[in-house]
Amino acid sequence: MLTSFPILSTLIWLPILGGLLVLFAGRNNDSAAKWLSLITVGLTFILSIPLWIGFDNSTASMQFVEHIAWIPMFNINYHLGVDGLSMPLVLLTTFTQVLVVASAWDVIKDRVEQYMGAFLIMGGIMVGVFVALDSILFYVFWEALLIPMFIVIGKWGGPRRVYATLKFFLYTFLGSVFMLVSFLYMYSQSGSFSILDFQAMPLGMTAQILIFLAFLAAFAVKIPMFPVHTWLPDAHVEAPTAGSVVLAAIMLKMGGYGFVRFSLPITPDASMTLDWLIIVLSLIAIVYIGMVALAQNDMKKLVAYSSISHMGFVTLGMFLVYDIVQSTGSMQGAQLGMEGAMVQMISHGFISGAMFLAIGVLYDRMHTREISAYSGVVNKMPWFVLFAVIFSMANVGLPGTSGFVGEFMVILSAFKANLWYGTFAALTLVIGAAYTLWMVKRVFFGPVTNENVEQLQDLNKREFAIMATLAVAIIALGVFPSPLIEVMHTSVGQLLVQATTSKL
Amino acid sequence: MLHTILTLILVTPLIGALIAGLFGRQIGRSGAHFVAIIGVAISTLLSAYIFNMFVLNSTEAYNASLYTWLVSDGIRFEIGFMIDQLSATMMLVVTFVSLMVHIYTVGYMDHDEDYDHNDPYYQRFFSYISLFTFSMLSLVMANNFLQLFFGWEAVGLVSYLLIGFYMKRESAIQANLKAFLVNRVGDLGFILGIAVIFVYFNTMDYNEFFGQLAANKDVMIEVIPGVEWSMITLMLILLFIGAMGKSAQMPLHVWLPESMEGPTPISALIHAATMVTAGVFLIARLSPAFELSETALSVVLIVGALTAFLMGLVGLIQTDIKRVVAYSTLSQLGYMIAAMGASAYAAGMFHVLTHAFFKALLFLAAGSVIIAMHHKQEMSDMGGLKKYMPITYVAMLVGSLALIGFPGFSGFFSKDSILLSLNEAERFGSSFSYVLLMAGVFITAFYSFRMFFLVFHGEESEYVKTHQIKESPWVVTVPLILLAIPAALMGLPMIEPMLNGTYFGDSIYVEPANDVMLAVYTNYFHGAIDFVVHSLLTLPVILALSGVFLAWLLYVKLPTMPAKLKKMCPRGFYVLDSAYGFDRFNDIVFVDGTRKLGHFFSRVVDTKIIDVGMVTNTFTAVANSAKALRQTQTGFLYHYAFVMILGLLVMLVWTLW
Repeated sequence: MLTSFPILSTLIWLPILGGLLVLFAGRNNDSAAKWLSLITVGLTFILSIPLWIGFDNSTASMQFVEHIAWIPMFNINYHLGVDGLSMPLVLLTTFTQVLVVASAWDVIKDRVEQYMGAFLIMGGIMVGVFVALDSILFYVFWEALLIPMFIVIGKWGGPRRVYATLKFFLYTFLGSVFMLVSFLYMYSQSGSFSILDFQAMPLGMTAQILIFLAFLAAFAVKIPMFPVHTWLPDAHVEAPTAGSVVLAAIMLKMGGYGFVRFSLPITPDASMTLDWLIIVLSLIAIVYIGMVALAQNDMKKLVAYSSISHMGFVTLGMFLVYDIVQSTGSMQGAQLGMEGAMVQMISHGFISGAMFLAIGVLYDRMHTREISAYSGVVNKMPWFVLFAVIFSMANVGLPGTSGFVGEFMVILSAFKANLWYGTFAALTLVIGAAYTLWMVKRVFFGPVTNENVEQLQDLNKREFAIMATLAVAIIALGVFPSPLIEVMHTSVGQLLVQATTSKL
Repeated sequence: MLHTILTLILVTPLIGALIAGLFGRQIGRSGAHFVAIIGVAISTLLSAYIFNMFVLNSTEAYNASLYTWLVSDGIRFEIGFMIDQLSATMMLVVTFVSLMVHIYTVGYMDHDEDYDHNDPYYQRFFSYISLFTFSMLSLVMANNFLQLFFGWEAVGLVSYLLIGFYMKRESAIQANLKAFLVNRVGDLGFILGIAVIFVYFNTMDYNEFFGQLAANKDVMIEVIPGVEWSMITLMLILLFIGAMGKSAQMPLHVWLPESMEGPTPISALIHAATMVTAGVFLIARLSPAFELSETALSVVLIVGALTAFLMGLVGLIQTDIKRVVAYSTLSQLGYMIAAMGASAYAAGMFHVLTHAFFKALLFLAAGSVIIAMHHKQEMSDMGGLKKYMPITYVAMLVGSLALIGFPGFSGFFSKDSILLSLNEAERFGSSFSYVLLMAGVFITAFYSFRMFFLVFHGEESEYVKTHQIKESPWVVTVPLILLAIPAALMGLPMIEPMLNGTYFGDSIYVEPANDVMLAVYTNYFHGAIDFVVHSLLTLPVILALSGVFLAWLLYVKLPTMPAKLKKMCPRGFYVLDSAYGFDRFNDIVFVDGTRKLGHFFSRVVDTKIIDVGMVTNTFTAVANSAKALRQTQTGFLYHYAFVMILGLLVMLVWTLW
């Protein structure tokens, strides 16, 4: 029954159609818009669970596949499917969507139906990005996502929202154009737009290098990697809370996903030649960006930089395989790094989402994100601070939280590739703790020093439920990550084979 | 059956912590301390059972997995138990001291001026100390490096939360941030040590790791091109950096004195008896590996001895009662670490055990004084408390005698076995360390009894005269009595099995050539009583007694002398008062340096160079060239016609040329 049901299409189109419905039906009726949205995302999340339950861990091939001819003239197909790399990301998306809708519940007062509608549509598109197996379909989803996000930041954003949206849009758009050109080139060579065909086709070294760099332009901007990261802090600062959550929890993952779906399997030889570039940029992200985070005065900016720094582990873990093979002669140890990178993506989805939601809770009350405007929040909001400290500790990578799992795996693997990679990556233990806990100290602890903090009310039931859900997710993944690893295990194994098999 | 018992030992404190923490308001104060104490009490009783089984009846070591955390790359990352003499002993010590502290807390945390009575701080405190017990147990019961690191970080977290328990005090939240960060520097070494194990041993499991040691002992690592180090030495030194953080060895000791910002019960439990000994435990646990590297052991030895000596000196001039005990802890940790470096693992662990009891006793007694003094901690406010607080007085006396190694008391046996072993050792740095530790005996005796006399003897201060000082309630004094008994007596029956190696059995491994303790046993030991009698005329006891005498002379007999001495050598005083300037150095170089570098990166590199320089300028350039191009779109037909003709001409010329 489940095999015939087009579950992936449902996950894409249910929220999109729901979003359109909200746009029309919710006009002048905020409560209808909210409930309709909640039902849509709730249903989508529930429907995404069979994806996990019905998932076959033993195969690396695509599952839940749907294939319909779309533009036969160019051999473009509506081709969907998931494997161990994308399935967890789909669930992360549907899960986050629920929190996003809940987080906006009482907060957004202006044009609720448009706000909710934009997020619902965004949710469907994001699922589309992770499940599309046709490069043109992928590209359509990839670019389509910019529109609702552009609107969300531009309409409900902060004072410098126009600047931020433009920067965000131009940056990501510029990156992805090169990706499109690569798709067209590969189509001209293979006659297919299928990503799986791209992965199988032979490619010369020059072509691979150029394609790799084109992909890098698209994905590095999205992740974002140093030095094309400066759009992110601005976008975060201006975005409303839910926008930041989606941006950090899911959109950044699309860059990481791009590397494992496109760069490594399609251009393995170029990846091997240029792996040093990714590794160096990743280490810069971890160390340098961490230092930059230390100097921030705005909580959102701080967490935005911390995001970039943590995403450094994703890119680092993905490109360790070549150095490991080179220095030890076998692939032993590379799987740990790659799986660590994948776990880090999921974990970062939870943690960064949680951090931004926590900041949102404060912002809703005080309308400022300046660290110096706060002190001693714990005296007024003990439950909130309990959760905020859990999230912060996860951000620090404390064992027992999800933040530890990926970092630990990547550090071990990086050390195997080269002990200095491991050493630099491990510096995050100190730097990450410094910027996170220094903020914790200044914002949450200490005496209450101003009138506004004195007035703060602790979490309401809705906020409590959101925070508690995330805290449970973060701790559950930290204490027992095995189920997640098992899901991706076979696919990661195949990815490593693809990444180390020459196409020349 | 055994597996269930071990699981219960581990989990009951956690359950207590969760109930007290999450439902503190609903169950109220007595509900919270009830569940927390019951949880730890069950854990203690079962630990006693395990102790009986593994230590007293020397059952074979038990090694089993609880669950698999994850499997990747063929390596199993697990949570499990390795129970042998070493872990069984630690389990009993941890749970017993924790139980005492739990009971004591009922009295100590009863009133707190920092919190209004609406705040369930009391329940929170119980939740934290139960959580700590769980974390510490998972550390000592671990059968693999992953879980060790879990426990390692978890105790660090609880320590962070408890040092900052008085969240409104700037000093407290500064101290806990510092403690966390300094410990993280240690953890950086620790995790890299684990990475070496991962790379060269392909396992996280202790036993598999030990099994491969022999085969890997000559492996070299090329650290930088052309420079090769022994893999084992590098791994051990990295792990030892972790131990230095947790066990507060120089230069990573700076967090411990400030950790005294936390409530006194946790200073006793975490920052004296248990958590800070984790580093010592780590070395003992890895004795089969440390035995393979003379270099690593020498490093351990010298770091320990320097810490023991230099931190003892700083203890001489402290005026806050808790700080004296804190510096004493630093110094005693140095003794333990130095013992490890001399391959006298059992002696170091022996000192861990005796120290856990007598130092917890001293801290709790100090806490009892602090309660009586209405939370004043300066010793200058005290004096002559003996007649008001007889039980606390005796407790403090027993603790101090054990600490200085007075013959017959527990600390005497453990400290003497360290000193004797060190005397036998022939490792690089051993004679140097021996001298430092010997001098440390005198210093220890002096600062301990300086505190003792200042607090309980001498003139009553203004404060004591004008305030009502009374003995603490039974929940405070009963733990004192229960801790005083082992602090006084536990050494005598333990000395022989410790020295001849039967106590820890196979859980600690020493190369026969390095077995200094066995040498001590065969050369000097003729029964425990004889050991005490013979020690009476040896250097350590003479030094200890002269330390006490000098303290008596200066602080009871001639109480004006200390101030004069201070005036006579202001430089020396300054050096000690600034604790050798470690804090100042760290503040300037690490704290300010990092902050400035961060600002530079943020304001200059990220903003000016990347954002404005690369990004905005590119956009501006694009915009400007677009503006220029726009000039061509004039809308006049003759302009376009002109360009077309020009184009045609160019093409014509091109093709015809």
